[in-house]
Amino acid sequence: MEQGIQIIPLWMYLVVSASLLSIGVFGVLSRRNAVAILMGIELMLNAVNINLVAFWRYTTPDMANVDGLVFAAFLFVVAAAEAAVGLAIVISVYRNRSSVIVEDVDLLRW
Amino acid sequence: MIAQYIAFGVFAAATLGGAVALVWSRNLVHSALYLILSLFGTAGFFVLLSAPFLAAIQVLVYIGAIAILFIFAVMLTRSLTNITDLFNRQMWVGALTGGLLFITVLVGIILPVWGPNGSLAEGLPRSVDVATTRDIGLQLVSGNGYVLPFELASILLTAAMIGAIVIARESE
Repeated sequence: MEQGIQIIPLWMYLVVSASLLSIGVFGVLSRRNAVAILMGIELMLNAVNINLVAFWRYTTPDMANVDGLVFAAFLFVVAAAEAAVGLAIVISVYRNRSSVIVEDVDLLRW
Repeated sequence: MIAQYIAFGVFAAATLGGAVALVWSRNLVHSALYLILSLFGTAGFFVLLSAPFLAAIQVLVYIGAIAILFIFAVMLTRSLTNITDLFNRQMWVGALTGGLLFITVLVGIILPVWGPNGSLAEGLPRSVDVATTRDIGLQLVSGNGYVLPFELASILLTAAMIGAIVIARESE
């Protein structure tokens, strides 16, 4: 370990990331407001990003290999696209039904 | 090296505290501000993991664009949500699912494999050098690197932008 400059073990990052993912899952499943549900999805994407970067940092022997960083950067792109389309849908639903409570949006319920 | 642990604790408290407060706060504007706190904590993790480029993007894209977009959406859809119930009827099922997920991942995967006594606890030897923004930029546009996913990402962003405009447009 003489060349390891980091002393924080990898599992600490993983525990934080798993907690963040679980809080996001709880928010998505339990909140009634559609905007809050989208915020929960953002939390879950952030947990994935922490995981990606932590595994990149701790298991890539050669730091010139930037695969993990590039993967995380693409996740930013996907998150931005998801937020834009999701919030557009929320605004459109609000315009049509005057509500952002997901239980009021039962148009597709059979 | 104790400073690293202090920084880690501060960032973990910001990330997880912001997330919990986000889920539990009744006022959606407060939720959006807690989201910003949580995103700042994540940016701190990126700095600790020697990924400064990602930390900068986290602040620019997530906090500067996505969180502001959320605040806009909250203000455009303001309604009587403050006086209704915070959680839906399946709240306990959701809490059970989240808790079970966390326990399963922690006990089943993280601690046995990467934990203090885990099989991969030591990990591979890590180099002291840090990938610079220049390395990432070269990889993103090099022919045997990531130039194809890079172009696909721009197509995805264009499609999402057009889609958002079409969906949110006032129908004439």
